[in-house]
Amino acid sequence: MNFEKRKDLLGLKDMSREEIELILDTAVPMKDVIRREIKKVPALRGKGMITVFYENSTRTRTSFELAGKYLSADTSNLAVSTSSVQKGESLKDTIQTIEMMGPDILVMRHSMSGAPHYVARNTRMRVINAGDGTNEHPTQALLDMFSIRERKGTLEGLKVAIVGDILHSRVARSNIYGLSKFGCEVRVVGPSTLMPPEIERLGVRQYFDLKEGISGVDVINVLRIQRERQHAGLFPSLEEYAELYMLRPEHLELAGDGAILLHPGPMNRGIEISTELAEGPNTLVNEQVTNGVAVRMALLFLMMGGRRDEIAA
Amino acid sequence: MRLLLKGGRVVDPANRINTVTCVLVEDGKIAAVGAIPGEEGDTSDTEVIDCTGKIVCPGFIDLHAHLREPGYEYKEDILTGSRAAAAGGFTTICAMPNTNPVVDNGAVAGYVARRAREVGIVNVLPIGSITKGQAGEELSEMAELVQAGCVAVSDDGKSVMKSDIMRHALDYARMFDIPVFSHCEDINLSADGEMHEGFRSTVYGLQGIPAEAEEIMISRDAMLAKLTGGRLHICHVSTMGSLEIIRRAKAEGIRITCEATPHHLTLTDEAVGSYDAVKKVNPPLRSEEHVAALREAVASGLIDCIATDHAPHHIESKDCEYGNAAFGISGLETAVALVMDRLVHTEVLQLSKAVALLTSAPARILGIEKGTLTPRRAADITIIDPDEVRTVDPRRFYSKGKNPPYKGMQLRGWPWMTLVAGRIVFKEGSVMEMKL
Repeated sequence: MNFEKRKDLLGLKDMSREEIELILDTAVPMKDVIRREIKKVPALRGKGMITVFYENSTRTRTSFELAGKYLSADTSNLAVSTSSVQKGESLKDTIQTIEMMGPDILVMRHSMSGAPHYVARNTRMRVINAGDGTNEHPTQALLDMFSIRERKGTLEGLKVAIVGDILHSRVARSNIYGLSKFGCEVRVVGPSTLMPPEIERLGVRQYFDLKEGISGVDVINVLRIQRERQHAGLFPSLEEYAELYMLRPEHLELAGDGAILLHPGPMNRGIEISTELAEGPNTLVNEQVTNGVAVRMALLFLMMGGRRDEIAA
Repeated sequence: MRLLLKGGRVVDPANRINTVTCVLVEDGKIAAVGAIPGEEGDTSDTEVIDCTGKIVCPGFIDLHAHLREPGYEYKEDILTGSRAAAAGGFTTICAMPNTNPVVDNGAVAGYVARRAREVGIVNVLPIGSITKGQAGEELSEMAELVQAGCVAVSDDGKSVMKSDIMRHALDYARMFDIPVFSHCEDINLSADGEMHEGFRSTVYGLQGIPAEAEEIMISRDAMLAKLTGGRLHICHVSTMGSLEIIRRAKAEGIRITCEATPHHLTLTDEAVGSYDAVKKVNPPLRSEEHVAALREAVASGLIDCIATDHAPHHIESKDCEYGNAAFGISGLETAVALVMDRLVHTEVLQLSKAVALLTSAPARILGIEKGTLTPRRAADITIIDPDEVRTVDPRRFYSKGKNPPYKGMQLRGWPWMTLVAGRIVFKEGSVMEMKL
């Protein structure tokens, strides 16, 4: 199969298991490309890709940009903070302007849920959602799934706990949608005020108690907690949050044998994760970053009409 | 000048008429309803309109429309809003005061009333604000507002958050026997919400507005209406819990009425899943159980009337990211078709009940002599073609607000002709304006 029928990648909610598998499988040889001395394949030569980030980001934007470059695409970045957006240009006009310059792929991050969906309806470019508001962050979930699969050999039947601010997390949502399609048992762990309404109807189990939530799991995915949430009155203090939800080495022992730990970064050490654990052997944080480039290469390649068998492992 | 509306089904709920008969209009007033003596004879000075297959009703009344003038004429003005009303089958509309400046004094209220008379298409009744500048701090000068023509007061768009001010408003309004129209929303609870809070807000990743944000304020306002004896009218009721509170308040004898909008009666929060901002409205579209409860409550009579909450917006406020979009639906020109197609033809509502919800019921809430075909009353008449099938096309709207969530939807049952004080203001799909 290939991606011929797919114009955009807006989320994992509406993506099939087969499509996800294809991306993950294609990312395996892509990771080898990154490790080569000469990190360049001609797959996307002559294709243009632009990243437009309405929210700050270092790793995701750079990751997409390098992924494009390793595939020989011409990449460019619109620095929103210094662009005509600051002169009051509408999203629609900005996107149309970019489109007229001819790129094939638009990688977009926006603070508002559904903004990429709106853009996708209004452009001929292929749109990749690099995170929209509190909705989805599909490539983060894909790289998480790739990292888990690489370490565990499979996704099938694994127990995965996602810990933190589930309510505001696009990473959590995309992970829930993706992992559920592979028969994973997904748990969400965090304070009751940071749980989305009726979250269990997505087929996950919620836990307010960290130890209970992570006991016996294969994977712990720790989310970043944002200080603004405290100001909104959602929890009393970062100190109390850390007391209740900070992952420490002893927690990994509670989880299953060989449990691994993920974090989408950037980490708040001493708040949601202890330094000892952040640097521990079962923590995949750095591996995730490399895998992120590989997964994004696979995605760009497939979206531009590439086939899995064209990339030699 | 006589006008004979012949052969249509006349539905006049207040007078218990629901039969095929004639309506005779003379000098702008209803002259008679029924078999007209000598109707076969001398018709030289009588214009006869064949209404066979049509439904002839008292003119429809909308308690809740935003005409945006003065101040926001790029969204709508009194002329375009009046045209939209006529095309939508409404002969009387109430204009909400959240303009710029706010209708919080006699001068601005007088401007709205005067401008509406100049335009002269439909009756426009101004609503004054409850508080000065709709700031929720000090009462507006209600005596002056009433004198300038205001039929109610409202801070619509937001709640009067201070309970003491709301208490005084309900109390003070008693002296003028006007209702206080309350937009019920605890803004601390709705906060940055963008859609109904529930399973779908989780799935779509949008900030939720809990049903309780509305219900808490309705509870409070019902209690204050009890305390003061004031007349309370709840705008755009949208939740199951609200209905239960209103039911109990009515049973207790509290003077409370409420309206529901066509969109809350026909759409669910699933519509928001496309992030298309034309679905963004406040109160938000609710989930199925709430919509079902609302439909049951219009049929049972717990909901007193249907009002549009016509909220036109400029295209830039809707053709954008969902989060950046303005709240509101352009509703005047689709309300009747939605009621006919989604409530009457589907047998949720009997035809005569639906007509009552749009005529005699809102007239009673305002205490005005409209909403019936009683002889000697002004001949405000709405005629519906119950079988006309048409697709909603916002490009054909008279309103400047081209933001209906029903674009492309095929509906059966549309306004066919609208008469205000005996003058035809809408027929054959076109608004007829006075030649000045």
